[in-house]
Formats: sequence, C-alpha cells, structure tokens
Amino acid sequence: MRTKRIKGIKFGLLSPKEIRKMSASKIITADTYGEDGFPIEMGLVNQRLGVIDPGLRCKTCGGRMGECPGHFGHIELAAPVIHIGYAKLIYRMLSATCRKCGRVLLEDAYFLFSVSDTELEHDLKREIISAKWHKEFGDKGFTLSTNASITKVKNDEWTITDKELFIIRKEAGKLNVYDAGEKGRFLNDIELGKGKQPGVGEAVKRMFKEAAKHTVCSHCGDHLFDFAADARLENSLNKGEDIISKELRRKFATEGHALSKNPSIKKETDNKWLITDKDKRYIVRKGNGKLTVDCGTPQRVIKFDKPSTYIEIDEKERKRRLMPSDVRERLEKIPDEDIALFGMDPKSARPEWMVLTVLPVPPVTARPSITLESGQRSEDDLTHKLVDIIRINHRFMDNRAAGAPQLIIEDLWELLQYHVSTYFDNEIVGIPPARHRSGRPLKTMTQRLKGKEGRFRGSLSGKRVNFSARTVISPAPDIDIDEVGVPEAIAKELTVNVNVTERNIDILKETVRRGNKHPGANYVRRADGKKVKITETNYKTLAEELDIGWKVERHLRDRDIVLFNRQPSLHRMSIMAHYVRVMPGKTFRLNPTVCPPYNADYDGDEMNLHVLQTEEARAEAKILMAVQHNIISPRFGRPIIGGIHDHVSSLFLLTYGEKKFDREETLEILKGIDIDDLREPAGTFRSEDRPYWTGKQIFSMILPAGLNLQFKGKVGGVTIRDGNLETGVIDEIAVGSFKGKIIDRIVRQYGEEAAKTFINDLARLATNYILRAGFSFGISDEDIPREGEQQIKEEAMRVAEHTVDELIRAYEAEELEALPGRTVEETLELRIMETLGRARDEAGSIAERYLGIENAGVLMAKSGARGSLLNLTQMAACVGQQSVRGERIKRGYRGRTLPHFKPADRSAKAHGFVKPSFKEGLSPTEYFFHAVGGREALVDTAVRTSQSGYFQRRLINALLDLEVKEDETVRETRDTIVQFKYGEDSVDPSACEYGKVVDIDEIIKDVMAGT
Amino acid sequence: MKKEKVSILEHELVPKHEIMGAEEIKELLDKYKIKREQLPKIKLSDPVIKEIKADVGDVVKIRRQSRTAGKALFYRLVIE
Repeated sequence: MRTKRIKGIKFGLLSPKEIRKMSASKIITADTYGEDGFPIEMGLVNQRLGVIDPGLRCKTCGGRMGECPGHFGHIELAAPVIHIGYAKLIYRMLSATCRKCGRVLLEDAYFLFSVSDTELEHDLKREIISAKWHKEFGDKGFTLSTNASITKVKNDEWTITDKELFIIRKEAGKLNVYDAGEKGRFLNDIELGKGKQPGVGEAVKRMFKEAAKHTVCSHCGDHLFDFAADARLENSLNKGEDIISKELRRKFATEGHALSKNPSIKKETDNKWLITDKDKRYIVRKGNGKLTVDCGTPQRVIKFDKPSTYIEIDEKERKRRLMPSDVRERLEKIPDEDIALFGMDPKSARPEWMVLTVLPVPPVTARPSITLESGQRSEDDLTHKLVDIIRINHRFMDNRAAGAPQLIIEDLWELLQYHVSTYFDNEIVGIPPARHRSGRPLKTMTQRLKGKEGRFRGSLSGKRVNFSARTVISPAPDIDIDEVGVPEAIAKELTVNVNVTERNIDILKETVRRGNKHPGANYVRRADGKKVKITETNYKTLAEELDIGWKVERHLRDRDIVLFNRQPSLHRMSIMAHYVRVMPGKTFRLNPTVCPPYNADYDGDEMNLHVLQTEEARAEAKILMAVQHNIISPRFGRPIIGGIHDHVSSLFLLTYGEKKFDREETLEILKGIDIDDLREPAGTFRSEDRPYWTGKQIFSMILPAGLNLQFKGKVGGVTIRDGNLETGVIDEIAVGSFKGKIIDRIVRQYGEEAAKTFINDLARLATNYILRAGFSFGISDEDIPREGEQQIKEEAMRVAEHTVDELIRAYEAEELEALPGRTVEETLELRIMETLGRARDEAGSIAERYLGIENAGVLMAKSGARGSLLNLTQMAACVGQQSVRGERIKRGYRGRTLPHFKPADRSAKAHGFVKPSFKEGLSPTEYFFHAVGGREALVDTAVRTSQSGYFQRRLINALLDLEVKEDETVRETRDTIVQFKYGEDSVDPSACEYGKVVDIDEIIKDVMAGT
Repeated sequence: MKKEKVSILEHELVPKHEIMGAEEIKELLDKYKIKREQLPKIKLSDPVIKEIKADVGDVVKIRRQSRTAGKALFYRLVIE
C-alpha cells in the first residue's frame, strides 16, 4: 500500500460565490412533498439534492440511491445574518479595525535611514549581515547584536530580526531601512508561529488585544488644516522625533493644535508622516503642493451583546445597534493586506464571509427522512430547521416589499438570526433551544458532531460491530477456564462463515438440513455470490443443492473460538480468547477463576462476545489471546488467574490437619479430574481393612509429578517434594489469584498448558470438596461465650476508657507533655486515638481466642479467601474509632459533635468511638458517627476511581504507539528512540520470577536437590 | 556573607552528562541505525546542559543509576 504523509491541513470559509457555485438547486419553498407524493421542485427534499428513495434517480448526477453522494443546494437569505460560530471572532475584528477605513489599528512600518552602497546591497543579496551593515546600523544609533538574522521576504525586501525588527527595501536605487512597526512585528510573530506551539493562535490573540487598545486610527482621519508645502518643513518632518522645528510648531499652534514638548514623528512614506502627541494623532500628507493635516479618526467603543448583537457607543454615550448588514460592510472594508494579521488567508477566508448572505443547504442524504409504519413521512431535524429558515425568509421579504415599519422588519430579522443560529448550534447560552412539536430540543449541526454520541466519538472513532453479543454473566464451575458458556439463542444468531470444500461438504449438508435447529445454519451463499436465507420451506432443497464453492453461515458451535471482553478494557487480559460451549439459559457462563483478569463478578455484570470471521483471526486469537497465555500478568509478573473465595477456603479445609478419606470419598472429591492413579494410600483405618487417603494426598494428585517447592504460606511453611504436598496448608499464597506461588511455578516449569490444567483441576477439586464438607457463615458464628464478652469489656474497653479519661484529666490540668513538633492538643488527640486503636485490636484478639480456626470467619480470614481479621473484630468484638481525615470526629455543633453531649466533652464516646460490635448493635449516636466515617470512604472511592481512570487514559494515549524493537530499544512510530534499553535492563517482568531477572536462591535449591 | 555557588553537577541526584565526540556519535548512530534527529532530545535550557556548555546539535551521554539495571546509558540530542 502506498502511504503519504500529510503536510498540512488548511481550513477556510465558504464564500457566497462558492456556495452558489456548488449549489445544485436554489431552494425557495418550505414545502417538501406535493399532493402527488413526489418532492416539489426547488423544495427542500428536491430531487436535485440527491435521492433517498430506492428506484429514483438523482436529477443532478443521474445516480441511484447509494451511488449518488448527494448535492448541496442554497437559500438566498433576505438579509445578512451573523454566523453564530464566528460571533466572537467578528467582535474581535470589529474592535481591532478602524470604524471608518477598515484598516487594522496598528501602526505601519516607519522610515529610519537610507544608504546607497553596492557592497551593502551585495551583502543583502547573499543574506548575510556583514560588519559593514553592523557599522551602518551602529552609526545610526541602532546597535545590532550578533544574534541578528536576515531573511529575504521578496525581491528587493529583506528583514533583519534582532531584538527589534527591521525591514530593508530597495527603493529608487537606495536602500531604505524601516522599523517594522506594530503591524510588521505582529505579522512576523504570526509567520513564526506557524506549525509551532503555542503558535499562530496565541500571536493573533495578542494582536487583537494590542489593536483594540488603540483609540485613534493611524491611517485615516478628519481634515484639520493645510499649509503650503515647503522644503524646510518637510525636512523637519523627515528628521523624525527629536527635532521639531519651531516653524512646524507654530503652524500647529496657529491652527489651535499646539503640540506638547516632545511628540513623536514617524515618516511612513515619502508622502506620509504620523505625529503622535500623547493621545492625539496627526496624519500629515503631501499632495498638490500642500501638506494636509488630518487628525486620526477616533474609534468608538463596540460592545458585544451575546450571542450575536454588536452595539456601538459614541462619544455621547449613545448606543446604536450594528445590524448584520453594517457589520458586513465594515468587514468588507478590511484590506487584504491586513487579513494576515488575523492569521487568515484572504484568498480562502475573507472576514465578511462570516456574515451569511447565502445559506448552503446540505444534501438530502445528510438529512434523510424516515417513513413511519403508518406511511407518514417524518423529516430529519435539520430539514425542520431549514423549513423554519425558509418560512421566516419569505415573511421577511414579503414584509419588506410591502414597506412594513422598521420595527417589524427588525423583529423579523431577529427571528431569522435566531433560526439560522439554532440551525448551527441549538445549545447556545442565552438562546432558548428550538424545539420539536413534541417539546424535544432539535438536534442540529453542532449537536450532530459534538460529544460522546457525536460524529467523531460516536460514529468515527467507535461504532457498533457485527458478530457480537452481550448479556449478563454467571458462574459455571464445571466448565474449563478457557471456555465460555453461550446461550443457545445467541449461538443461533451469531454465525461463522465456512467455505464448502470436498472435505466438509457432507457435514455442511447436514448442517444446512438442520436449518434453524441449533447446530444448523442461517444463510448459504451460492457460488455466484447470491445470499439465500435458510427457511423452513427451502432447507431441504438447499442442502441438496449445496456444492463446492458455496459458503455456509453456520451457527456458533462448541469449540468455536471467540473473543470475550468486559469493559473497562484496562489491560490486555480484558479481552481473551475462549472456546464456546453452547448451553441452555440466557447468560454467558464463565469459570469463576477467570473473574480476576476481567475484574468481573456476578452481581449483574454484562460482558461482550465477538465471533472471529477469518481463519487468520482465529489463529491469531488462539496463539496470542487464549486464556492460558494470560495466566501470568505482564503487570506484576505473577498469575492473575487462580483460586478465589471458596476455592481457597475449600483447599485450606482439605489440607488442614490430617483429614482421612476412604476410596469412595476420595473418588468423589476427584470427580471430573483426569487422574489415572490414586497413588499409594496413606494407611488403613484401624478398625477395618479400608485404605484411606489424606487431604494433602488428594491435593497432591493434581500437582504435576516432580514438582519441588518450598515457601512460607499464611499459616506456616509449605513443602512440596516430587509433586507431593508434604507439610503445610494450601492457602491464598499457594493457589490464589494475584499470588499463587504454585501456579506461578507450574507455568514456568511445566508451561501454560499444564498450568491451565492445574487451575481447572484445582477449581474442580475445591468445588467438589466444599460441596461435600459444607461451608457456611452466619450471624451466630460471631457468638462469643459470656466470659469472652466480659473479658473484652473489662480488659480492653474499661482499661482504654480509663486511660482516655486519665489523658483528658492530665490535659485539663495542663500536665500533658507535648510530643515533639505537636501542640498539646494534637498530642492529646493522637494519644487518645492510639489508646482506642489499641483497645479495639485487643478486643479483636480476645475474640479471636474464643473463635478458633474451625470458625468459618476465622478460616476465611486466615486462608485469605475473603475478609480480614479486622472485619471479624468489628463484627464480634468492637467496631472501633470512626474517623474523618484520620482524626476523631469533631465536626458538628460548636464545641460538640451532637446535642447528646456536653460542650467541650473530649471523651471517647463523644467523638466517634463505637464500643460495641456490629452484632451487639450500635446506639443512635454511634450509628450516626459510623455513617459519618462511612460517607468519607464512599466519597474517597468515588473521587479516586474517576481520577485514576483519567490518569490511566492519558498515560495510555501517550504510550500507545511505543514498541520494543528487536534490538531491545523502545521506539515510537517514526523510529525515534525513547529508551535505549527497554526498562533500562531489557527485562520482561512477566518472564521472570517475582520481578527478578534470575532467582539465584531457587537455582541453588534446584541444583542441590539434583545432586 | 557571599554565598558560594555550588555546581549542580556535584549534586547526587544529577546524573553524569558528557558531550560526545564526533567519532563516538557516529558509532552510536550506526549501532542503532538511526539519524541524529531520532535520538531523544534535551533542551538547551536544561540546567545541566547550560552548566556543561553543550550547544545545539551536540549529543550528550548520560550515565545514570538505575533501579532496575544498576547503571544505564542514555544519549540525548541538544535542541533549542
């Protein structure tokens, strides 16, 4: 494929001429369809604008529906209206240009000195600033620095850029040096800003600001007086600012315009001088042997009354509205040379084009009407809006022709402006949105493009896809981790395209014969490309006709490969390839062990499924995206798939202590797991001659042979030797997701396939066992014997309360010593918090003593299946201190948190300490404090998720094109290097054990075991 | 009391910057098969660049302590 690099994009405005030129039809009637049901000529759904009905032909290009892209039309507006999108820019341009002559209110370049020297000219032509030029400038009092640079602008014109900006022109054989003046400087800034940051926009903004400051025009003016030209006077003007001849002064004074002590005189051309004297400006021109003096045109203040009205205020504070026609006239006066100051190109964007006189009408293909079931036509919102515009346009014209009073004309003009404005944007602040008959705001131009559902984000960057399905997910512990349960209804809707070949023709014939019954097919495509739907009437004939070269769109079947996804797709494990398993029911089923990579649960989560349509895609998915390739997370280099919740509880229970199972029980626990050999039983029951296997042995059966592993589990060390769990209890660290040391080792030593089998087996084993053993946890499981409760009250609570009282007493008696860097008050708070925190922990450990490991809650916490000991403490012993921003609760009334307490009460209970456990129940005040603390947690998580989500998005946007190349450098798309070595050490965290490149300890252990 | 100006190059958090010779640059560019512009950039206004008086177009070699690799080498092209 040929690729081309885009050099630039140019935006311009449509000129009225262009709009008329590209128009296929002038639109004059607001009516759409005539009585005969056909579109009206020169109407809005004109057949010259394109066709949307099948069978008809476009009157412009002759194309049928689908071939004809549509053509623009146009409406001649009765009066000009402001284009709402440019309202603000128009205001800026009006303020920046002379109200009379239209020039931008900036001073032109002015003459400094002139030289005539061939050597100097030669240097200019070579574009170098020679020493001679430096001297020449220095002599005239303009020192050039060494950084000065020269550029040729056009023939016989150069600019020198230093701190100042100079223009050198060759005029009449002489080299004239000019100061670029305000205009020249801004033009230069704008030119330099092109293609850079902050760029043209910033320079233009500064220009507008500067130009709007000028209250007097320096280009045109009102005539004041003349006097006869005379060489001496002229000379005095030419000499510039410093010397003003007495004669000139006198001339001015006699005319009543006495000059102040030192006005500035700038010579712009041989015939024009600008005298600036404080806030007065005089323009002196030579002509007809006279010197004419004008005073610069004073500029009236223009106010912008949003959204589209401009008001001019004169010297006497009188207000006058500038109608769009006035605005247009003023913008027309701006000369082409000055347009560049707005950062625009006068050829493609003249300012007056921002005031509309002709409105382009988009083709009907861009605003298609829909036919309702009743046969009635319903037009697009844009068409409705255009109808409004045409109606008002007509009324305006009629009224004007009839000579209606100015007031009515102005009202109609306002109305036309409203309709055109809302046609572009229906969400302008200060304008009531145009509504549909039903009261629904219309969706006009801006609304079509803007926002999440707009053209860019909704239709171009992202769109709906075919061959996909979405439904609620639910668990299926009996299917494999790389499978997905698909409801039959969905399997019948989603299809896979199969080419009929010699080898599959018989199978496919059978498939077609089944028709709409599940493993059937929906369509066949004949060899000539014709697509035929399989129906109850034709399936038999189609099956017989089926031939090589045909295609069959067959239903999704077991073992088809599909992509499965849950949003937000934050990492690559959010989309994985699964194998289909068609099932009854209406939900997608997935093995609970794959919940962590998707971050899914079954509280109503929905997931998406995509059916792959090409052989290449299926191969890629299988090789790159299969679930087993994603067991190890590239994020932290450890398994992300593993046992969760009950899997952990179950295996913990199974391997805890010496549980004995006879043959039948063992087989039942191992049900559904591919094991040929039960291995040697651990022993026989004493009374009978029955062999038994221990729980640890049963777990060992799913371990790969030859696995050696030692690690510290949550409760003591775990030793696995030659695939046998010798000591230790299986917990979260051994098989859990995110941790799973055993899984991690199996992936590295035996490969992904073995790891997949292991996870499958462990999930099945765990489910089987916990079904047998039974496992529950309820409110009564938090019961503590009476003496335990007593102990908590006495040993923990009473002591803590006493300590707190003692601290408060000491504080009040001013005996409390401040901690370093803290005030006494802070110290008190800190120590109270500490005391109460300790009290809760103590209560917790007392409770724990009474609730042994056989307690389901403790078991879950200890094995890491779910919950923590803190949760148990809060349920069984004491809820503890509630806090806001890490401090005790102190907000509320003055000096107290609630009216239930006395002011200045510093006791534990008055500041959010909740003494009882959840089971015992909270008092009203305690309940309130708990809610206060809970609110903070809730707000925190809400704020954090949205913020971190945005951070992640930005990070990904910045990094998304980076790639690790073969030479281990990280490069971006243009092969620019970002890192010379990936991660500075070229290490892939997912390929090494616990983030280390080499695990020396493990290697030594392995070698020692081998000898 | 007049304050002694401490060179930022001596600060422990500032890695060692070195202006590379033409020969060395060529070797580097050949090694990675890149053009000069494809090197990572560093601004002329960077305090260290000012301190070692590197100019636009120079390539500096930065030796830095790395958390993952111990020592890491970086090369950057000085730009305006």
